Amino acid sequence: MAMAIFVAVHLGVMIWAMQGGLTAAEILGRTQGSVAWMLFYGVFVLLAAVHAGIGLRNILVEWTPLAPRPAGWAGNAAAAVLLAMGWRAVWAVTWAGAA
Amino acid sequence: MSEGATQLQVSVWRGTGTGAWQTFQVPRRSNQTVLDVATYIQRHLDPTLSYRYACRVGMCGSCAMSVNGVARWTCRTHVSRVCADGRLELAPLANMPVVKDLVVDMQGFFDKWRDAQGRFVRGPAGRHDPVARVRPDSPARQQADAGIECIGCGVCYASCDVVTWRPEFLGPAALNRAWTLVNDERDTAGAARLAAVAGDAGCHACHTQGSCTLRCPKQLTPTASIAGLKRTVARAAVRGELDDEAARGQA
Repeated sequence: MAMAIFVAVHLGVMIWAMQGGLTAAEILGRTQGSVAWMLFYGVFVLLAAVHAGIGLRNILVEWTPLAPRPAGWAGNAAAAVLLAMGWRAVWAVTWAGAA
Repeated sequence: MSEGATQLQVSVWRGTGTGAWQTFQVPRRSNQTVLDVATYIQRHLDPTLSYRYACRVGMCGSCAMSVNGVARWTCRTHVSRVCADGRLELAPLANMPVVKDLVVDMQGFFDKWRDAQGRFVRGPAGRHDPVARVRPDSPARQQADAGIECIGCGVCYASCDVVTWRPEFLGPAALNRAWTLVNDERDTAGAARLAAVAGDAGCHACHTQGSCTLRCPKQLTPTASIAGLKRTVARAAVRGELDDEAARGQA
């Protein structure tokens, strides 16, 4: 439910911003030093990591002989990896190299 | 269906979980239903064939079985609709243990109705209290009415891939019944029922595949009922009304 809002905003902004072309430098010019973008994408990454972790756990339970608990660990591990990579990216895009 | 065909090639599952397909030649007749075919086989060709039926007019759901891979009521399935090339394949319903031939053990199916708290729990009112006034056009009552015609035939359950992949999944029929009771203002099970359907094997395991709604012979919509349960359970969880212990204890 919350994800739907984040996805909609993300897609909407991208489509609108891409009108007339957009370079990486222009994007970074807007996102560097922006607390708002950091918060938005920080939360989005968190939601995506949780969503992916749960989804992976369900798929493992349904398609492999894995029991629910080990499948849960695998899901949590995937979520942790996505969280680390995602937040690292958000940091790089919004805060690193600025202020 | 070739016009000149006078014989059907009917392949029937014989045995239990292990067994084999047996082929019968059945005379083709106009307005023939698949139930007619199974009955012809049992009466004229092989009396040892086991299959179920009762009303034979599309009311009871007893005749549900897999016809050419699709769960249907055989009494409501005209041969002309499913038999393009004169071949029929009759198999027991999927997702349930086979007792013999075309008969399945539905105990597990009904056990899940119990596990989903699919039974009405009365309130404190007794026979001497006034009858409950339930407005038939209230949104909740309309939601309940949309699902209460279920007769437990098992076609939805047999059509659900999630039941196949996750055997402890409560299934569309049990969850549909739970949804009708969630919307019954006279019922008092409340949080206990939401906890029962909120676990890993409950409503959240549904992938909205939709085969249940597609195949239901009474045109019910378990997919919509399960979506309603997902919304209700999520709302209750956010408000802290869900009994975490019970929910975690489910499958």
